[in-house]
Parts: sequence; C-alpha cells; structure tokens
Amino acid sequence: MHDNVLLRLLLVFVPLSFLTVGGGQSVVSDIHRQSVDVYGWLTDAQFLDLFALSRMTPGPGSLLVTLVGWQVAGWAGALLASLAIFAPSSLLVYGLARLWTRYRGAPWQRAVELGLAPVAAGMVLAAAFTVLSAAEGGVLAWIVAGVSAAVLLTTRASPFLLLGGGAAAFLLFRY
Amino acid sequence: MAGVRTDLTTEGAVSAPDKTPDLGAIFLAFAKIGLTSFGGGLSGWMLREFVQNRRWLDEAEFLNGLSLAQAFPGVNVVNLAVWIGYRLRGGRGSLVAVLGMVVPAMFVAIGAAALFAHLSRFHATHVVLAGIGAAAVGLSLQMGVRAARRAARSAMPVAIMAAVFLAIFAFRLPLLWVVLVAAPASIAWAALHPPARAGRRA
Repeated sequence: MHDNVLLRLLLVFVPLSFLTVGGGQSVVSDIHRQSVDVYGWLTDAQFLDLFALSRMTPGPGSLLVTLVGWQVAGWAGALLASLAIFAPSSLLVYGLARLWTRYRGAPWQRAVELGLAPVAAGMVLAAAFTVLSAAEGGVLAWIVAGVSAAVLLTTRASPFLLLGGGAAAFLLFRY
Repeated sequence: MAGVRTDLTTEGAVSAPDKTPDLGAIFLAFAKIGLTSFGGGLSGWMLREFVQNRRWLDEAEFLNGLSLAQAFPGVNVVNLAVWIGYRLRGGRGSLVAVLGMVVPAMFVAIGAAALFAHLSRFHATHVVLAGIGAAAVGLSLQMGVRAARRAARSAMPVAIMAAVFLAIFAFRLPLLWVVLVAAPASIAWAALHPPARAGRRA
C-alpha cells in the first residue's frame, strides 16, 4: 500500500516535470487537481496551507511538490516527489548544455539564442506583472517592486536590503 | 578567458569571468541562493550573485542560459542551475548546483511545515511576507529589463517580445502554447536575419 503511494507520486509528478514551462506556477493547478481531486491525498485546506508555505519559505516555489510528498508519505515521499519533479527535466537541460558546449558558436546555436532572447524577456516581464497584479497590497506592491528594480538596475545594493525595505514599507502602510 | 570581453555595452553589465570556482564553492553559492531567496525571484538572485558579485559568468552568457531555461520544460530556476553549473564545472557542476539549490531549501520547507500553524496565526507574518514578495518581484523585473535591453536589437524582436508579454499578461494564454508558437517563429526569424559580424558575440 505504502509502496503504491510512492509509485503514484512518481507517476503524477514525472509528467508534470515536463509540463512545467516558464516557471513552477504554471502547474500549481495541476498539482492541486491531482493531489486533492484525483487521489485525495490532501484536503483543499491542507493544500492551501502547503501552497502558502511554499511561497513563504526560500527556495524554488516548486518545493510545493516536496511538501505534498512529505504530507503524503513522510521523508520517502518528500524525496521521491522532489526527484520526480526536478530530475527528468534537469537531465534534459543537462543534455542541452552538453550539446551547446559541443557546438559552441554554430550558426544554428546563435539563431536559437537570439530567437529565444525576446521570448524569454517577454515571459520574465509578463510573469512579474502577473504576480504583481495578483499580489496583496495593490499599488504599494507595484511601487515596492518598481523601486527595487530601479535600485538593482542602477546600484550594487544588496537584494537583502530591498527585501527588508519591502517588508518595512508593508508594515508601515498596510499593518 | 580573462579580459577578452570589452564589447558589452549594457550599463551595469560586467565582463570577463576570471576564475573557475571549485565544486564546494558552487554548492555553497547555490545553497545561499536556495536559502535566502525569500519571496521568489531566484533567477534574479542568481544574476546578482553570479554575474554582478562573483563574476563567474558574464551577463550575455547568463541571459542565454536564462532564455533556454525559460523555453525548455522544467522548473526554470532548476534548469538555470543545471546550465550554470555545467558552464562552470561540467556535469558535476550541474549536479552540485541543483543539489545546493534544492536540498537545503527542502529541509527548511519541511521544517517550516511543522511550525506553520504557529507562524500563520500572526497577521504581521502575512504583511511582512507580502512586502518581501513585492520586493522580490523587483529582482525579476530588473532581470526582465536587462534581458529586454539585450534582446531589443531591432524592430522584430521588440514586436515578438511585446506579443509574448501581452499574450501571457493581458490575454492570459497558456504559457506552453505561447512558447510553442513564439519560440520557433522567433528562432526562424533570427536564423534569416543574423546580426552583423562585427557585432557582439554573446
């Protein structure tokens, strides 16, 4: 039975590893559907707690998957779920990195790099804007993000300073 | 390797990675990012740490890795860790980078799960986290601006960038489809319009 759950974790998260494009957020709804609706591993409230937790702690947001695994099957579950979500796509990128080094400077490689550059820039900016428009804090969130981006672009200030500043601004105006 | 890059024109960009770090240093650097990146924005942290502070990579090389990490399946920041690790120290570098980024943060997350009931009871916790989160978006934003400046070499890339931005942010189209359409189109255009030879070799 227990082994069965571990196997299921693998079967659920390995495909999600490949479906994650442009950041972990894109598969959160799928993780929710599988672990709450399909397999009933968690209640809705438990899922939301784990989601909030994954946002609250440092590190990749996709550690949500680790937490789901942990909740479902303890340490073995955490380990397996993490492997399932991180390893397959990492191997793919590893292969890509080898290929890139081998054909360094090839014209097709140049074209791929130049072609992907505007796509990636658009994705990064869109992701930032999407997060901000959904963020608690409304206008203040935009101001804090805008100011910290401007500071990072023009000075060598530590990001810690900015995170602290953001926290302080919110405590001052929103608490 | 040292001192060859002088053609970078973007302000704030730094050139010439001058030393190759060992595996321990790579692990620690990624662990630091995994453990300090409250509120997200990990790629922005990486840009700050590896390009601007430690100078292990130059900005062009980092942004190329970012493009590939974004366009390929997988968790972006982990993809980027694989890429940077490989560039620094080959296969072992990749492995160490991913482990450094994920494993310590994993222990923190699981530890926090046990304390969660406590923490979330305080309203201040949420307010502070929202503020940190907003500032962390600033990290992504500055990286987006740097990436946009570099990508905007002519009208077409600018149009593609704007289309991708609007498709995702304004029209909320699924990322997968946006990438599947925009990436091949943009690569095809770039293949047909190579930059002038004298330009920047990124």
